[in-house]
Amino acid sequence: MTLPLSDVPLEVHDMSVAYHQKPVLYGIDLAVPAGNLIGIVGPNGAGKSTFIKAIMGLLPLSSGWVKVFGKPYAENCRRVGYVPQRESVDWDFPVNVMDVVLMGRYGRLRLGQRPSRQDHDVARECLEKVHMLPYAKRQIGNLSGGQQQRVFLARALAQESDLYLMDEPFVGVDAATESAIITLLRELKTRGKTVLVVHHDLSSARDYFDMLMLLNMRLVAFGPTPEVFTSEMLQTTYGGRLTILSEVVETLGGGTK
Amino acid sequence: MNQLIPAFDFHRVVIAPWTEGFAFSIWIVLMGVLVGTACGLVGNYLLLRRMALVGDAISHSILLGLIVAFLIFRHVDTPVMFAGALAAGLLTVAIIEFIHKQTRVKVDSAICIAFTSLFALGVTLVSLAESAGPVHIDADCVLYGEIALVPLEPPILWGQVALGPPSVLRMAVVTGVLIVGILCFYKELLITSFDPALAKSMGLKTGVWHYGLMTALSLVVVSAFESVGAILAVAMLIVPAMFAAQLSPCLPVRLVLTIGHAVISALLGYHLSIWLKCSAAGAMVVCGSLLFALAWAVTALRARRPVSTSEPESSGLQSAATLPG
Repeated sequence: MTLPLSDVPLEVHDMSVAYHQKPVLYGIDLAVPAGNLIGIVGPNGAGKSTFIKAIMGLLPLSSGWVKVFGKPYAENCRRVGYVPQRESVDWDFPVNVMDVVLMGRYGRLRLGQRPSRQDHDVARECLEKVHMLPYAKRQIGNLSGGQQQRVFLARALAQESDLYLMDEPFVGVDAATESAIITLLRELKTRGKTVLVVHHDLSSARDYFDMLMLLNMRLVAFGPTPEVFTSEMLQTTYGGRLTILSEVVETLGGGTK
Repeated sequence: MNQLIPAFDFHRVVIAPWTEGFAFSIWIVLMGVLVGTACGLVGNYLLLRRMALVGDAISHSILLGLIVAFLIFRHVDTPVMFAGALAAGLLTVAIIEFIHKQTRVKVDSAICIAFTSLFALGVTLVSLAESAGPVHIDADCVLYGEIALVPLEPPILWGQVALGPPSVLRMAVVTGVLIVGILCFYKELLITSFDPALAKSMGLKTGVWHYGLMTALSLVVVSAFESVGAILAVAMLIVPAMFAAQLSPCLPVRLVLTIGHAVISALLGYHLSIWLKCSAAGAMVVCGSLLFALAWAVTALRARRPVSTSEPESSGLQSAATLPG
């Protein structure tokens, strides 16, 4: 099936990224089909976060190009929602939960324009979806890790985007938040949104995502989870680090391979 | 009575400055309030962006800007000096950015490299110029300033009406522009300070906002150093913002508290300087620092009292209410 170009949420061609002259990613080529939950999996230092940052132009590409819904990122940035790593911001910042969620609306506002009543309504709805509305007036410094992550998620929802890029949303959250997040991701999927999630935990990756992107500086594999989540593919991705793998391979059992 | 501390004469210290000395007092206190407000407002954003030292850096490299402007134009007109100092401020910021981005040097080291070398270059050029002939740049004046000289400046005239000393009017314009800028671009300054990655992903030009803030910082320091001196301008950048940070976890409230801090420390400082017959700018900063200590003590005492850990009303959503706090 060939989709019209503007329907492909994300197309990356020959992407290479270097950091202080050291290559971090090279020759990444992929086209992401719409309406999928995609996990980006790979060992530490594989360039997972770098990949999603490079898509948004937060890091310069040393070669290649990125297209979002058929256009360069800058022209379609409103259709992309971003959840940065939780530790990337200062949680002692003097703002409350509502202020943070409202930031999700800023991309739609003109220079100097204040968030409207409608923006506040959207922000409240998004907080409700992550069950954080009762905390709207709370200082962000007084939140638990799981609550912080929910606020970040609500902020991304407030962006009302079609493609979401999430950097480690499951790190350091409690079980309740983890299941709340995954419910939310599935709901986004049923609404036809595309979600790319940088993910650390191999054991849950198979259950959470429809498609997996195995990354280790190069793109090792990209495809539907049952096809990609095999011991050979994981071995290639994680190299010799068998200790991490052995358990996962065990749980795989005779299932896929 | 101790020689160092003159007797406290209520009339001399509190009443007289606002009766016979009114025309003198008003400009000094107004200048103190304006400097405290402008520096404090910028300082809040510096603190949030963890760039408190950049103000220090700019205040030092101003010397280079002044001497270069003097060597090129050969006079000490205010606009020339102003432009030179502003250029030096922005150059400092650009050098810090360059060192930090192009090498693996951390930001704090990059700041130190940038301003110490620019300051050293400034000192060298001043002594070089002095050996060639008289230079009307007084390094002491750059570093310490003298707010008590403000009322002695020939006032700016508007027709027949004397508006006020030029340095006060200039500071007033800078403060006004700064307040309007923060009111208009509150949202942009907030998001680029809190989460620059998100801001950039939304298409905001984070670099433009960074340099915008740095230009404001340079303007404020340059307009302030003449009266309070470069070193005290640095104190004014950080102390009011720290005072506000002790008292409120809400940014708009902090910005208003900063202005309150400026007014109180200018007034107290002025009267302290009359009582002790000392530098007014110095006394203002001392009072500002005392206010900070007071705010800190109040917060520390409040924290020792048992706080009621009231959770927000549960809205019936069990998952939210039962999350581990």
